[in-house]
Amino acid sequence: MAEPLLEIKDVHVEFEVRDGIVHAVDGVSYTVNRGETIGIIGESGCGKSVTAKAAMQMLPKPGKVSQGEIIYHRRSKFDPSKPQEVVNITQLDPDGELIRHIRGGEFAMIFQEPMSSLTPVYTTGTLIGEALALHRWVPVTVGEQMSNKIMQYRHVTKEESREIAIEMLQKVGIPKPHERVDAYPHQLSGGQRQRVMIAIALSCEPFMLIADEPTTALDVSIEAQILDLMRELQQSVEMSIMFITHNLGVVAEMAKEIVVMYMGKQVEKADTVKVFYEPKHPYTRALLQSIPKVGRRTSERLASIKGMVPDPFHLPSGCVFHPRCPSFMPGKCDVIKPKYIEVEPDHWVRCLLYEDV
Amino acid sequence: MLSYIARRILYMLIMIILVSFVSFLIIELPPGDYLTIKLQQLQSVGDRSALLRVDEYRARYKLDQPVLVRYWNWITNFVKGDFGEAFEFERPVREIIGQRALMSVILALSSITIVWLLAIPIGVYSATHQYSLGDQIVTTLSFLGLGMPGFLLALLVLFFAMMVLKVEVGGLFSREFQDAPWSFAKVIDLLKHIWIPALISSVTGTAGLVRIMRGNLLETLGQPFVEAARARGLKNSVVTWKHAVRVAINPLIVILTSEALPSIVAGDALVATVLNLPTVGPLFVSALTSQDMFLAGTILVFIVLMTMVGSLVGDLMLAALDPRIRLD
Ligand SMILES: Nc1ncnc2c1ncn2[C@@H]1O[C@H](COP(=O)(O)OP(=O)(O)O)[C@@H](O)[C@H]1O
Ligand SMILES: [Mg+2]
Repeated sequence: MAEPLLEIKDVHVEFEVRDGIVHAVDGVSYTVNRGETIGIIGESGCGKSVTAKAAMQMLPKPGKVSQGEIIYHRRSKFDPSKPQEVVNITQLDPDGELIRHIRGGEFAMIFQEPMSSLTPVYTTGTLIGEALALHRWVPVTVGEQMSNKIMQYRHVTKEESREIAIEMLQKVGIPKPHERVDAYPHQLSGGQRQRVMIAIALSCEPFMLIADEPTTALDVSIEAQILDLMRELQQSVEMSIMFITHNLGVVAEMAKEIVVMYMGKQVEKADTVKVFYEPKHPYTRALLQSIPKVGRRTSERLASIKGMVPDPFHLPSGCVFHPRCPSFMPGKCDVIKPKYIEVEPDHWVRCLLYEDV
Repeated sequence: MLSYIARRILYMLIMIILVSFVSFLIIELPPGDYLTIKLQQLQSVGDRSALLRVDEYRARYKLDQPVLVRYWNWITNFVKGDFGEAFEFERPVREIIGQRALMSVILALSSITIVWLLAIPIGVYSATHQYSLGDQIVTTLSFLGLGMPGFLLALLVLFFAMMVLKVEVGGLFSREFQDAPWSFAKVIDLLKHIWIPALISSVTGTAGLVRIMRGNLLETLGQPFVEAARARGLKNSVVTWKHAVRVAINPLIVILTSEALPSIVAGDALVATVLNLPTVGPLFVSALTSQDMFLAGTILVFIVLMTMVGSLVGDLMLAALDPRIRLD
């Protein structure tokens, strides 16, 4: 049934900076299944983007995966009947040929900053065309043997590229796509730019879309439109989505499963319904309480969790959440590091409340 | 856009009139300008022919007329291409400058070419390899280059060439070609000589441009669109050149035209003086010291003209390159 596409297995990411080593991601494990949406949530700075970039093998310097592996079950884009190939993403050359096929062609990514994610000197048509030239192939029958066709693949032509670009712009709901294909990014609104980013991402028919806070910078009404669009598009193509957000409210309708992160650690993982109705970790509960009411602005959303995110060089002892935790147990939480345990089938949590200590 | 260009040209004309008038005044005001001294000399000689020449000068330059009239005279002739007479040489300014202008243009163009061919790749390398050994060497050298005045470098080269290599550098031609008419051999001779002054006068520019390119590119490389381009599956080199450099280089265009065009008229006069180059720069300096007003004034007006044309051309090129400016 659920067929894994990407398995993130106990991944640790470190940044060695002047003041020491930042453990930006500290033991994260989850699986993205084919055609399903997984939500990754947590406050800003908890390592969501870093995990996603590790999956694309494009960690910013000096970041490196120090432990764990990221396994990609790679299916041929041309011939789905071919056996799958197992690729360990972390072992790939970051500028090598294979990862460049995967980036954009098989995993596409959209970002938090639509205002500056499009190169300002190129038109939307050029930018979509650039992705198409890399990843979109047109089948041509070159012969027939018995009843089997012999197929070859060629790159798209300029005219085809423009046509596809217009079609994609139409699909993501850009008005007058025939004109907008020649528009420069600064001529579009923030919401339209994010639509263009989605158009670029989907133009190459990827297996997975990594959406890194795609609506954080947008107005609430535009946010709703973009989310609707992503849901619609996901139904029309079989595609997994890794949906990263700091807002549980946004992800509720999108994701089947939710991973909650805090300070680089995965603190809870369960079905969306379970996370909403039976949250186990005190941090998840706090996040749930902070879901915005109608009419509140994006930036105020997580204000209600008390305390500050600790400094990465002076992590609290024991459970890293204990200084902010409403269920803090003195003598335990500040001493013992909690283990990641399965408290119910498919419901994982990292909290001493569920351990016999 | 067209009305914008028209407005810019209008401002330019007003500016040139102002600058030419002010420079005319400044050149004429102090006592002891070339003409006054010359007239005094002639008068003190006191013979008939000398006095005749005094009258002739008076008439020719309308010395009895008020300043405004004289300025008007000069500037209207200027527009017609008659820049007046260089007193020191007793020949028309046009002729004197003409000989040297070609050399100035050739020298400036070759040094600009060197600056850009060197600075852009070095700056890109330095930014994409930030804090590497190579970047640190580039940074150190570029600060040295910025701090080292061109004329000092020229002196060092002269000294080194003379004392160590026992060859003569300086000038743009060998002795036998100095006054020879243009020929293929003379062009070759020019090429043999020009690279030294071109290199020397490009050191400061290269160092400065490397710094600017490195800074701009580092800032651009941090922009989300660079990461987005990489996430699309482009090669690092394509991401760097087609996306980051393409955006980071735009502001440099303005530097190119607004600094390079005036340097065509009068590049580093000190370097040219030290290296004994037949360019406009040293001429300008000597015209200023001897208060040869028409010569100095003409060069000054051309420098201003080039500066303004340069910044206009720069803005137009920037508009052509950057849709955010073009389409606003
Ligand atoms: N380029 C970098 N250099 C050093 N540390 C970094 C870098 N990028 C991210 N980090 C560290 O990783 C942590 C997690 O970052 P990120 O994954 O971007 O958070 P978010 O969950 O908001 O997406 C940050 O708090 C920061 O300490
Ligand atoms: Mg992030």
